[in-house]
Amino acid sequence: MENLIALLVAAPLLGAAVLLCGGRRLDRAGHWIGTVLAAASFVVGVVLFTDMLGKGAEDRALHQKLFSWIPVEGFQADVAFQLDQLSMTFVLLITGVGTLIHIYSIGYMEHDERRRRFFGYLNLFLAAMLILVIADNYLLLYVGWEGVGLASYLLIGFWQHKPSAATAAKKAFLVNRVGDMGLSIAIMLMFTTFGTFAFGPVLEATGETSEGKLTAIGLMLLLAACGKSAQVPLQSWLGDAMEGPTPVSALIHAATMVTAGVYLIVRSGAIFNAAPDAQLVVVVVGAVTLLFGAIVGCAKDDIKKALAGSTMSQIGYMILAAGLGPIGYVFAIMHLVTHGFFKAGLFLGAGSVMHGMNDEVDMRKYGGLRKFMPVTFVTFGLGYLAIIGFPGLSGFFSKDKIIEAAFAKGGTEGWILGAVTLLGAAITAFYMTRVMLMTFFGEKRWQPDAGGHEPHPHESPKSMTIPMIVLAFGSVFAGGFFSIGDRFLHWLEPVTGHDHGHAPVSATTVTAATMVVLVIGVAIAWAMYGRRPVPAVAPRGSLLTRAARRDLLQDDFNHVVLVRGGEHLTRSLVYVDHTLVDGVVNGTAASMGGLSGRLRKLQNGYARSYAVSMFGGAAVLIAATLLMRAV
Amino acid sequence: MNPVNYLYLAALLFTIGASGVLIRRNAIVVFMCIELMLNACNLTLVAFSRMHGNLDGQIIAFFTMVVAAAEVVIGLAIIVSLFRSRHSASVDDASLMKL
Repeated sequence: MENLIALLVAAPLLGAAVLLCGGRRLDRAGHWIGTVLAAASFVVGVVLFTDMLGKGAEDRALHQKLFSWIPVEGFQADVAFQLDQLSMTFVLLITGVGTLIHIYSIGYMEHDERRRRFFGYLNLFLAAMLILVIADNYLLLYVGWEGVGLASYLLIGFWQHKPSAATAAKKAFLVNRVGDMGLSIAIMLMFTTFGTFAFGPVLEATGETSEGKLTAIGLMLLLAACGKSAQVPLQSWLGDAMEGPTPVSALIHAATMVTAGVYLIVRSGAIFNAAPDAQLVVVVVGAVTLLFGAIVGCAKDDIKKALAGSTMSQIGYMILAAGLGPIGYVFAIMHLVTHGFFKAGLFLGAGSVMHGMNDEVDMRKYGGLRKFMPVTFVTFGLGYLAIIGFPGLSGFFSKDKIIEAAFAKGGTEGWILGAVTLLGAAITAFYMTRVMLMTFFGEKRWQPDAGGHEPHPHESPKSMTIPMIVLAFGSVFAGGFFSIGDRFLHWLEPVTGHDHGHAPVSATTVTAATMVVLVIGVAIAWAMYGRRPVPAVAPRGSLLTRAARRDLLQDDFNHVVLVRGGEHLTRSLVYVDHTLVDGVVNGTAASMGGLSGRLRKLQNGYARSYAVSMFGGAAVLIAATLLMRAV
Repeated sequence: MNPVNYLYLAALLFTIGASGVLIRRNAIVVFMCIELMLNACNLTLVAFSRMHGNLDGQIIAFFTMVVAAAEVVIGLAIIVSLFRSRHSASVDDASLMKL
C-alpha cells in the first residue's frame, strides 16, 4: 500500500508535464488528459482510504521514503511521504473536489483557446498541493507550499491579457512571499533547535525545548499560514485573486490551497500546544480575520469578491479553532472539509451564473435568475443554506462545533471568542442572504451592454451542472455524516488529539444562540434586499460600507505604511549613501588628489633643481652617517 | 708634503664643480663641472691610495677615467643634438619633462 502514495502525486505531475510540454498538438485532448489523471489520483486516494479504514486507529499511518534528497552529514533531507488520517482527509478533499472542478472546467473553459494550458496548471496545482499535505517533513512541505504558490500565480494571471489579472497575480505572489519567508525562517529555526525537520522527531521533541524558541517557531509558522490562507495582515491578495477563472477561485482560492495554513497549524499542533503565546496570537488572527472578511463580504457587489470575503471569514473560523488547541483542531479540519464542499459549490454556482450572463460579475445587474437557471439556483441555494449553518446541513454541524469550542476555551477569553464567532455567524447569514437575494430573487436588472447585446441567462451545460450537484450533496450531507456518532472526531483524534474543554454553557444553548443570530442575520438581509427592490446602481452608503467596499482600506493601509514607508526608507538610505558613504569615499579621493597636485609642483622639469635635491639628499645622508658615528 | 692637503684640494674642486652644476645654465659648462667633480673624486682616490700605500685607489681612478671618457662621448652627443633642435645650449630651456 505504501507504494501507492507516490502515485497520488505522480499522476497529476505527469499530467502537468505532458500538458505543458506537449504543445498545441494536445489541444484537442488536453482537458481529458488532465481530468483523467486528476480522477486517477482520486481513485488511488479512495483505495488508500478504504485500506486505511480496515486497520486499527493506531497503525493507520503509512510511510514511504522515495529517495534521499540532500544527504549531507548532519543535514538529512528525504523525499518521503507520510499518509495519516489528517493527510488522508486532505488527499480526498483535494483530489475529490479537484476532479469535480476539472470536469466543470471542461465546460467553463470551452471557448478558451488556451484550455490545455489551463488544465496543465490545474494538474500542477494538484500535484503541489498533494506534496504539501503528504510530505513527512517540513522541507518537502515547503516544496509543495511554493508549488501551490506558483500554480496560484499562474492561474490568477491566466487571462494575462487583462492588466488587472496580471497585477492581481503579481500581488498574490508578492504577498505570499512574505508568508513564505515566515515558513522558511521557521524551518531554519527548527533545524537549529531540533537538528531535523521531519514531523515525527520535531513534534516529539517539543517537550524538551524552551518555550521561547517554540513561540518563535510558532509565530513564524503563523506568518506563513497568514500568507497562504489570506489572514490579517496578509489578506489583501485574496480579493484580487478573483481575477482568475472561476474554477480556479473555487479550487484554489476557496476549497484547498487557502486552507493550507490551517493544515500547517494543525500539523504543527504540538509546537503550538507548548507555546501558549503563539497560540493566543493564532486565535486573535483568526478572530480578527473572521470579522474582517465577513464585513468586506457584506459590501461587495462583485459576486466573486463577496464570496472571497466569505472565504476569508470562514478560514478565520478554522484558524481560530486551530488556535484553541486540542479543543479545536478536529473541528477546524471538519469545517475545512465541509467548507471545501459548500464554498466550491458556491463558486461553481457563481461561475455558472457568470457563464449565463456574459461574464457579468456585478450582482446589481442580476436579479430574478432562479427562473432561468434552476439547477444553479438549487445547488447554489443548498450551498448557501450550508454556509449560513441552516440546521441539518454541513455548515450547521461544523460551525456550531467551532462556536462551542470557542466557548469551551474557558474564562473571559472563551466568552470573547464565543461572542466573536456568534457575531461572525450573524454577519455570515446576512451577507450570504444578500448574495442569494440579489442574484436569484427580485426583478431582473440586467441591461444590454455597450454593444447592444442583452444577456440571455441560460442554464449551463451538463459538465458544469453535474459537479455542482455533487458538491451540493456534499454541502448537505457531509456535516451530518461527520458529526453523527462523532465519526470525524474518532477518525482524526489519534493524530491531533482532542480535549473537551470546559464549556460554560451547554451545547444546546450555543446551538439555540446560533439559531437566533442566524435568524437575525437573514431577517436584516431580507429587510434590506428582499422586501424592497435592489438599486441597480450602488447607493453611496455609510462610511463603513464605503470602507468595506474598499476592503476596509487594506490596500490604502498597505500603500501608506508599506509602500510609502518603503519609499521613505529607500530615500533616506539613498541620502545616507550619497552624503555619508559617498562623502567619505569622495573626500578621501579629493584629499589624495589635492596632495598629489601639490607634490606634482616639485616636478618642474629643471634638471638643476633635481640636482639640488640630489645634492641635498646626499648631504643629509652623509650628515646622518657622521652624526651616527659621532654618537 | 702632507697628503691631507690633496684631500682639501679635492674637496675644493668638488665644491666648485657642484656649485657649477647647480648655478650655471649652459649645458657645456655644466658638463665641464661634472667632469671637475669626477676628477676631484679621482684625486681623493689617488690621495688615499698614497696614504694607505696600496694601488687599489689608483686602479679605480683609471676606471673612472674610462667611464668618464665614455660619458663625455654620449653627453656631448646629447648636447649637440639638443643645440641643433633648440638652437640653445641652456639646460633650463630643456624643461619639458614636467606636468
